[in-house]
Amino acid sequence: MLLKKILIGTRGEKMTNSNKNYQLICGLEVHAELKTKSKMFCGCKNDPFHAPKPNIYTCPVCLGMPGALPVPNKKAIEWTIKLGLALNCKINLFSKFDRKHYFYPDLPKGYQISQYDIPFCYDGYLDTSEGRIGIARIHLEEDTGKLLHKTINGKKVSLIDFNRGGVPLVEVVTEPDIKTATQAAEYGKKLRNIIRYLDIGNCDMQKGGMRLEANLSLSETGDLPDYKVEVKNINSFKFMEQAIAYEIDRQTKILNQGKTPAQETRGWDANKQRSFSQRAKETAEDYRYFPDPDIPPLQFTKEQVEKWREKLPELPAQILDRWYQNFKIEPKFGEILISNHCLTTLLNAIFSKAKRKKINPNSIAKALVNKKLTLQLGDKPKNIIANYQQLHKIDNIDSDVLKQTINKVLTTNPDAVTKFKTGKTQVIGFLLGQIAQKLPQKLDMKQVRLELLKALEN
Amino acid sequence: MKQKIDKQLVRHIAELAQIPITAKEEESLANDFAATLKVVDQLQKVDAKGVKLTYQVTGLKNITREDEVNKKNMFTQKQALINASHTYDGFFVVKRVIDAK
Amino acid sequence: MLNKLTLKQAIDKLDNKKITLEDIWADVLSAIKNQNDKLNVYLAINKNFKSQPNKPLKGLPIAVKDNFCTKGTITTASSLLLKDFVPQFESTVTQKLKDAGGEIVGKTNMDAWAHGSSTETSQYGKTLNPRNTQHLPGGSSGGSAAAVAADMCIASLGSETAGSIRQPAAWCGVVGLKPTYGRTSRYGIVAMASSTDSPGPITKTVEDAAILLNHIAGHDPLNATSSSEKTPNFTESLDKPIENLKIGIIYHNLEGLENVWKLFAPQLKIFTKLGASVKYAQAMDPKHAISVYTVVQRSEVSSNLARFDDVRYQHGRDTFGNEAKKRIMLGTHTLSKVFNTHPYSLAQKVRTLLIKDYEKLFKKYDVLISLTSPGFAKKVGATEGSAMFGELEDMLMEVSSLSGMPGISIPCYRDEKTNLYLGMNIMAPMWREDLVIQVADAFEKNTDWNSWRKND
Repeated sequence: MLLKKILIGTRGEKMTNSNKNYQLICGLEVHAELKTKSKMFCGCKNDPFHAPKPNIYTCPVCLGMPGALPVPNKKAIEWTIKLGLALNCKINLFSKFDRKHYFYPDLPKGYQISQYDIPFCYDGYLDTSEGRIGIARIHLEEDTGKLLHKTINGKKVSLIDFNRGGVPLVEVVTEPDIKTATQAAEYGKKLRNIIRYLDIGNCDMQKGGMRLEANLSLSETGDLPDYKVEVKNINSFKFMEQAIAYEIDRQTKILNQGKTPAQETRGWDANKQRSFSQRAKETAEDYRYFPDPDIPPLQFTKEQVEKWREKLPELPAQILDRWYQNFKIEPKFGEILISNHCLTTLLNAIFSKAKRKKINPNSIAKALVNKKLTLQLGDKPKNIIANYQQLHKIDNIDSDVLKQTINKVLTTNPDAVTKFKTGKTQVIGFLLGQIAQKLPQKLDMKQVRLELLKALEN
Repeated sequence: MKQKIDKQLVRHIAELAQIPITAKEEESLANDFAATLKVVDQLQKVDAKGVKLTYQVTGLKNITREDEVNKKNMFTQKQALINASHTYDGFFVVKRVIDAK
Repeated sequence: MLNKLTLKQAIDKLDNKKITLEDIWADVLSAIKNQNDKLNVYLAINKNFKSQPNKPLKGLPIAVKDNFCTKGTITTASSLLLKDFVPQFESTVTQKLKDAGGEIVGKTNMDAWAHGSSTETSQYGKTLNPRNTQHLPGGSSGGSAAAVAADMCIASLGSETAGSIRQPAAWCGVVGLKPTYGRTSRYGIVAMASSTDSPGPITKTVEDAAILLNHIAGHDPLNATSSSEKTPNFTESLDKPIENLKIGIIYHNLEGLENVWKLFAPQLKIFTKLGASVKYAQAMDPKHAISVYTVVQRSEVSSNLARFDDVRYQHGRDTFGNEAKKRIMLGTHTLSKVFNTHPYSLAQKVRTLLIKDYEKLFKKYDVLISLTSPGFAKKVGATEGSAMFGELEDMLMEVSSLSGMPGISIPCYRDEKTNLYLGMNIMAPMWREDLVIQVADAFEKNTDWNSWRKND
């Protein structure tokens, strides 16, 4: 495990009571649902977020009825391995599914089919602007049902909907390489983007299609401390940043009192902006893993894996690189533009066309980032380029019309004129805006400014 | 693998397995466990160093299904809920499991 | 007395229009009516049937163990927890049975959750052995074996994890065939130990077992461990000479078995007479099989029964009987990390050794033969206070179960005084049911132990 000695607080995290310097030791566990047509181990429809009613995408298998048996979804396995390849992982050619036991009402079998000691993918990485983050493993499992906590007829109850139960779920686990809250968020965003580019998951965080958990502790020496706090229920990258910053603060205070933070699972309350204790982990979990006797093991060949590797689509990092090589798109614009994977094909076409027309693609990129230009799926490249040219086109304007407009603005804003005359020249901007509003054309603002000054001096 | 089976361990296992047991059962289960684990201890006497594990006997590998929806096997909401103790508006109902916050 | 017909006889007589299906059902239902209160064989009885003259099983009444999920019919696995469980789906095997024209006449009693070898642990009362009601029928498929022995059906289905088809068949003096693991689908059968569970026929004759297996075997896309191995026509193994077959006799010198062995050994002579070579062979001590099986089965049981609670079923985990509680907890313990060496993993290593031992024997012999059970049917109440009752009862079959190999139990001796039977366990390598059927059929047809053959 790589631990980097970087002091926290260097990138904006607030440190209170900083008697000592601690470094953040943080790893993330990200769960993402795969958007296969059917569930992981049965032929039920995988579309929990659009189901018109609860418990209608269910069958004996995903309800865990007696005698029902799982049969793994081939596509979900391939997609998991593709994700691994996209994250530079090694692939276990031999793998299997295991049963992980715990009791919870959203888990109908009393165990979750997951992967224990031989995940499909291991030992990969993802680069962020603050350094490389190791990927310890990626495994495939089944999602649980959804619980809704309600009070019905005065009774506190939990309602269970198994439409989500059995949906394929990948878990991506990092090494404890994360050094700051912003890096955690950047990692999360990049991972989400890769999943979307692979076209294997929607990662809708609001609905729970992608879920984040942070394991974090603070260390004085850089060694792994003897406690670990797990923060769950994080459903946005912003909240993750806030939760990590909050925990750094909370744990620092405890450590500065000479105590050790409790080993526990905490939830994040986004409204109150604080984490809260959910469950003590005095005795570590005993999941009683063993290979699922219902599912024969999986054996891949090197050739198969290479074939999957060849079939990988172009991924964000490669696109940025190509855009820079071919179009001289600055990475700071590129990063923002690739965050919407739906638009990449269109952007490629726009940049190519621009280049052919001898228009600087980077200027278009800049205009898009600054929202001077808008882009929607289905737009035609030639229209976007035309819009861009329009931005920079200056209409010839009849000088009489301009003069009349300027005079009209000056007479309706006598205060501004007075201000200007008393030396408050910044009022010019306001007047220019008023003039521009009255004229529909694309103006040469230099010309307007000159005319305006002339009028004011008269 | 030898282990003392006392009532405390029986209680712990019962909790882990979510099996409600009475104090009287603790005693008799501890005795039964000891008898059964003696049989299990036989395993220690077999020289199994370097032997491969047999989890499954069919020799099958890579048994998967195509990613297709199988409507035929899907339940209606009514079928899904028919054996449940309590339902509400199409949901299974269970006593509140988490009192968040 | 048409209820006494074998499956083969019933099919032939219906084909020849000598009898009607209605008459068979009437006799079977009256046998049930007369005996069920006393024997407690059936937990549920179905009186509705359809004549299906064009289908191979014609609409004949077949008994099914109550751990096969049957759509719309309560399936309890003889447990209180599933007292009100109405499956909304059909097990693959019963579906195949129905597709072939079999009609389910009733769901039979068993050890609760198939945990046992006596049918005494059923939460709906024990079943009695029709051959002698002072005695137990064995288990866990005790109800299915008793239904056949008492002619309360034409044939039946059971399931075996280690001995649960063959041991009750032996105790009730009927035929029980455990197919190769993966030959018959486990889908929809309340799981006990997933890595060894095998549904199979319990019948009056070997021929009936072959016929029934033909209809329930085959690949099931819903069961990933079911094999796509082609299903042969098992009736082609009937009436085949066994000369030149090599038979190995195992477990002949076990302590405590001397008395039954004296009765069993002479029965083997017929094989020599029929031209087979019969030799004593040495297999690994079955006590290792007991250890392995105990760990594997308890571990898998604890996992498979974790799904049951009062959320999806109407009764909770407090309704588990004593035996289920013990097995679940012990399995929880053997899978727990409190052990440095996972006993489950260690058991799987020794399992490999046991399999290799049998594979080695099968290089020398075509089939292996042993007693099915270490003795005659035990008296009612025998399981009381015996934590390892089932394992000791089934030890002679455990290796073939742990290895997935097929085996059959056929009646091979009857005690005049008690009217109780001994079973002969014939085992073959994976996918060689044809061999066990061939040898068992030869034995049955050349001896007088089968009570239906005698009536021929």
